[in-house]
Amino acid sequence: MEVPILKQGRYLIATIQAALSDEDLLQLRRALLERVIQFRSRGVIVDVTALDVMDSFATRTLRDITYMIRLRGADTVIVGIQPEVAFAMVQLGLTLDVACALDLEEGLAHLEQRARSSS
Amino acid sequence: MPDDIRVLIRSNLDIVTARQEGRALAARTGFGATDVTLIATVISELARNIVSYARQGEIVMRVVAGANAQGVTIISHDSGPGIRSVEDAMRDGYSTSGGLGLGLPGVRRLMDEFTIESALGRGTTVRVTKWLT
Repeated sequence: MEVPILKQGRYLIATIQAALSDEDLLQLRRALLERVIQFRSRGVIVDVTALDVMDSFATRTLRDITYMIRLRGADTVIVGIQPEVAFAMVQLGLTLDVACALDLEEGLAHLEQRARSSS
Repeated sequence: MPDDIRVLIRSNLDIVTARQEGRALAARTGFGATDVTLIATVISELARNIVSYARQGEIVMRVVAGANAQGVTIISHDSGPGIRSVEDAMRDGYSTSGGLGLGLPGVRRLMDEFTIESALGRGTTVRVTKWLT
């Protein structure tokens, strides 16, 4: 299932809406990087609220997305990691050292703050 | 056993199927949201190892009855290359594929029971159980 990516001003918002296969995650990585370049976006939000499992591949792919987008000079925020998903990730020893926020609103606030501090 | 749920694992799409089946089985057995997610995550990691290292295999899930409680057992089986050193594979941070490792130490942490058998050239079987407490 393809993840829809919305453009909102200088930001892109990708909302994951169902369980994703590895291919879907790689497709998301490709699509986000393309759009960031196309729209000269300053920030990206990946909403994972609907993701019921975050395993090693999903974690690694989200980290890769964040690092690749950072190389374009833009910030990424992961929002909406569910409490039980966070619990399972930590128990499994998965680390995701990227910016995270509670929800879309907090994620946008984080990007705005980053934009202000760098301008 | 008639109530076994078997999912053939041949591609990354089957990983999603396996964890959805496991999630549904765990929920039916009475596990809460946190444990259901733990079980689904474990299935995802085990199925991923099959795809990455053995190319194909199967995940078998079943409800088991213990002395005091019910539980869910997950068996991951493949006829792949096997693991050279199970001891090394059970150490956090060990990997032969440049990835995050087999994730087996994490899987052991998440579950109540964990056994692994592996023979070079013959394959690997991992068996894990989570008890409903």
